[in-house]
Amino acid sequence: MNKVVANAEAAIADIKDNMTLMVGGFGLCGIPENSIAALVRSGVKGLTCISNNAGVDDFGLGLLLQTKQIRKMISSYVGENDEFERQMLSGELEVELIPQGTLAERCRAGGAGIPAFFTPAGYGTEVAEGKETRTFDGKNYVMERWLRADFSIVKAWKGDPFGNLVYKRTARNFNPMMAMAGKVTIAEVEELVPAGALDPDEIHTPGIFVHHIFQGANYEKRIEQRTVRKRG
Amino acid sequence: MALTKEQMARRIARELKDGYYVNLGIGIPTLVANYIPEGINVVLQSENGILGMGPFPFEGEEDADMINAGKQTVTMLPGSSIFDSATSFAMIRSQKVQLTVLGAMEVADNGDIANWKIPGKMVKGMGGAMDLVASAENIIVCMMHTNKAGESKLLRKCTLPLTGVGCVKKIVSDLGVFDVTPEGFKLLERAPGVSVEEIKAKTEGRLVVEGDVPEMAV
Repeated sequence: MNKVVANAEAAIADIKDNMTLMVGGFGLCGIPENSIAALVRSGVKGLTCISNNAGVDDFGLGLLLQTKQIRKMISSYVGENDEFERQMLSGELEVELIPQGTLAERCRAGGAGIPAFFTPAGYGTEVAEGKETRTFDGKNYVMERWLRADFSIVKAWKGDPFGNLVYKRTARNFNPMMAMAGKVTIAEVEELVPAGALDPDEIHTPGIFVHHIFQGANYEKRIEQRTVRKRG
Repeated sequence: MALTKEQMARRIARELKDGYYVNLGIGIPTLVANYIPEGINVVLQSENGILGMGPFPFEGEEDADMINAGKQTVTMLPGSSIFDSATSFAMIRSQKVQLTVLGAMEVADNGDIANWKIPGKMVKGMGGAMDLVASAENIIVCMMHTNKAGESKLLRKCTLPLTGVGCVKKIVSDLGVFDVTPEGFKLLERAPGVSVEEIKAKTEGRLVVEGDVPEMAV
């Protein structure tokens, strides 16, 4: 079993115009930097991107917004990106905002073969408009559908040629569910290790969900809000 | 005198109980972590995937892979754990997280809350707020009593798109502490030097005042 490809260009080669992508990460933490850069260079357009956030103006998915390669974003919070807000308010960019836990569960459901589920999040709000609602044991719930993608692109700390993945700290976030929900899943990793080097007990994403894996290069890992305390 | 942000955070910290798992929202709620009373141990949950969140790192020890839901660099305390976003909201929806503290633009006297969107102006998204307010058993809203134009944020009915319905249990504003009851906002404590009349004048929603309302100890 060898799912290793040379680089981001090779991994994303089959991504075509108007496809739906899931892109892992929370803010700028745990985002597939190399793949995003390769998508910018590829010029692919009309993309629907499912991602918790939309990067910042000059990093993360913000890079694909600048070049107008994204037609629609499905996210939970987009407050960090002025260009995003401009394109949304002007109507250039279609945006679907959904509660963060619902987004995570819709991805998980897509990867788990569960077409729909009921959640209390958004009941009685505009998020529930047009959706089926039901009462279970006296509490109100909204039906939400699974999300699936033509390609899911995730970032992990370590991975092996079987596609097994281990994430680091809070860079895990949406990556494991998105890895499960792609028809094709691309994983970029900081360290590609030989088969057998990862402890099977400690693998977060089993390789069955991953189709292409490559070792990324030159990770910037930009910090969005650098907060520190003084030694004292 | 109206409470400072720090005093609001300190007052909310007195609502913490030993052993609580707590989610603190962005802004003033985050400050609550600085005032956890002596002898009370709580575990802070951050919805991007941390239980046992610690303080900001020392200068030079920031880790891009270790952030909280506000995208700030943070640390972990001994006994903490890391998990994915689906697991994080599983513990929120199943009410394992016992207290949520968050900010709001408007709260109605039936417990409705609006804090994610101003149509045509500000559309940042709800993040995890809708999941949190729909699920938590105990929700405290921490907010200024009036907006920048001096208008009440404690309303009969929210005017902005809702985040959740009938979910807020308690409000700590810069003017007082209120329980949300079937009769409306029940005034429990006043900020030092703030009169009941002032609170009445600045509260658009139904206000319940019973007997002498004590001043808050700050």
